[in-house]
Amino acid sequence: MSQSASRAIGRPLVGRSKRVLPGFGLSLGISLLFVSLVLLLPVTGLVVETSGMSWDQFWFVITDPRVVESYKVTLWTALSASLFNGLFGLLLAWVLVRYDFPGKRLVDAVVDLPFALPTAVAGITLATLFAETGWYGQLLARLGLEVAFTPLGIVVAMAFTSIPFVVRTVQPVLEEIAPEDEEAAMSLGARDARVFRKVLFPALWPAIVTGVALSFTRSLGEFGAIIFIAGNTPYVSEVTSLMIFVRLQEYDYAAASAIASVVLITSLTLLFLINLWQSRYLRRLEGRR
Amino acid sequence: MSIVVDGISKYFGNFQALHDVSLELPEGKLTALLGPSGSGKTTLLRIIAGLESAERGRILFNGQDVTALHVRDRNIGFVFQHYALFRHLTVAQNIAFGLDALPRRERPSKPEIRKRVAELLEMIQLPHLANRYPSQLSGGQKQRVALARALATQPRILLLDEPFGALDARVRKDLRRWLRALHDEFHFTSVFVTHDQEEALELSDQVVVMSQGRVEQVDAPAALYARPDSRFVFDFLGHVNVLSGRIQGQVLRQGEAWVRLPGQPPEQDAQLYLRPHEVRLVPKPTPHACLPFTVEAVSLIGAEVRVELSPAGWESEEIWEVGISHGEFARQPLARGDRWYATPDVGHLFLAHAEKPDTLHWEPAHYLEAAGSGI
Repeated sequence: MSQSASRAIGRPLVGRSKRVLPGFGLSLGISLLFVSLVLLLPVTGLVVETSGMSWDQFWFVITDPRVVESYKVTLWTALSASLFNGLFGLLLAWVLVRYDFPGKRLVDAVVDLPFALPTAVAGITLATLFAETGWYGQLLARLGLEVAFTPLGIVVAMAFTSIPFVVRTVQPVLEEIAPEDEEAAMSLGARDARVFRKVLFPALWPAIVTGVALSFTRSLGEFGAIIFIAGNTPYVSEVTSLMIFVRLQEYDYAAASAIASVVLITSLTLLFLINLWQSRYLRRLEGRR
Repeated sequence: MSIVVDGISKYFGNFQALHDVSLELPEGKLTALLGPSGSGKTTLLRIIAGLESAERGRILFNGQDVTALHVRDRNIGFVFQHYALFRHLTVAQNIAFGLDALPRRERPSKPEIRKRVAELLEMIQLPHLANRYPSQLSGGQKQRVALARALATQPRILLLDEPFGALDARVRKDLRRWLRALHDEFHFTSVFVTHDQEEALELSDQVVVMSQGRVEQVDAPAALYARPDSRFVFDFLGHVNVLSGRIQGQVLRQGEAWVRLPGQPPEQDAQLYLRPHEVRLVPKPTPHACLPFTVEAVSLIGAEVRVELSPAGWESEEIWEVGISHGEFARQPLARGDRWYATPDVGHLFLAHAEKPDTLHWEPAHYLEAAGSGI
């Protein structure tokens, strides 16, 4: 027995994994396969579909005046919505982290509602609420504000569907900020505004930017919630995702893919740039300049 | 600036963290708040700073009531255990923070701030690290930067919450000396919280011992060590050897152990507290005492030889410790398992229901001859 034991101990670990967690090869393989099937393949399909067009055709489709107008509408509404979410999401995260109040758990859960709700349901609900006869619509009409079936409605729908991105990225960072940092700043004579501006905000900044960027890119592609409230008037309140849908309805798959590729490239570039900026910012904080 | 703590009580929910604490911290002195965790020392410090508010009582700076004043208006310097440096600011920016935060009419000009920061960096001996970020510094460096930052606005009061708690022993010793020198140079009133009795006794002019939200004793370090006021302070200030027994006639007895007491206390239960340096080891019982022991361990590290003893023929809750000099040890070495007897020079007797001890002295001269050479 002692012989077999010593043999077992003496056996060299040739070709065997020395990692603590087993199954690295298998899990990586499954992940890559999944990424390829679910994410890369459709994107490839998009490229293949588009590549059937000549460069001139491609350019013609994506610079169609009505489409260009939809870019503008989409960009400014998405920007407004995500900036609004940056402010409101920060406030919401702040309240959820810093204060204790009855029903806090519930509010925390409700934040995720836009993710859980089918976007079409959200769109129909918002359209009903903001319509001239709706609860909010009536009040806003008195103020002379029209939301439903205008670009403002697009902003509302976009803000609604993407608010969780900001809250959920800012919240954990806010939780991690030690109360001592604020106390230290106050003991050094700083007023509240200065404490926020000089101590809290720089720590939250990367998370806010990420949240806003996610919210923005999500808004660029939002479809379901918007079409019910936007009114979809050509040149006024048509978003790019609607243009893609219209092309699909016309069975013009190539044109649809061409427009889609514009959205895709914009989103990817933005996310990539933000990632790059953020890693540099954080590297500085962690002292690995 | 002197600090007066007047009848402070503090609750956290139903838990009372401080019970009617009153203290006077004289101007220009370095005071230690010493106590085990949960004794309320940090809470008291934070109330003095204004980072925490009390349910009852007042805080006075130089006779002026500051209880209602916000921390930012109290003009104190506060140093946190974990430094609390702003990690997105450089060392120089951290130090300048308090100066930049001053209202415009009091704020020095940009070049003056730069000059002041340079001076402070010189003072903490880190001028070469001005443009580093906190994450690039060691713990000791961080704490020095935190100190410089707290001192930048020239507060009259410096409050430190376990300032050396997160540092390793070597750095801690250095920083302690450095803080003492700094204090002697600038003469602000300092209060620091610690659970390390050695740190408190070494560094401070006055020690406030706290336990369970109450002040147990306030004294200068030497007086505190010489005359602890209560069982708690004894237990807390280093090791203490205890003989619990009953006084009959003139003798405190338990099992085979006995000590003859000077004076004539009435018959009752009592405890005799003896500190490691107040006891001698002798090979035979003396006329004063018979405290038989078996030597358990001998530790040669440090300025003294520390001998651990377990009672033979009687009982003690904790093991006894006796310190002897290396010279004595060389003359008469002790080995593990040997039988020795202890005899007291000075002792502190707690009678059954007494809060405070009676200090007793025994004349050493004659028994040494009777018992042969003792150590």
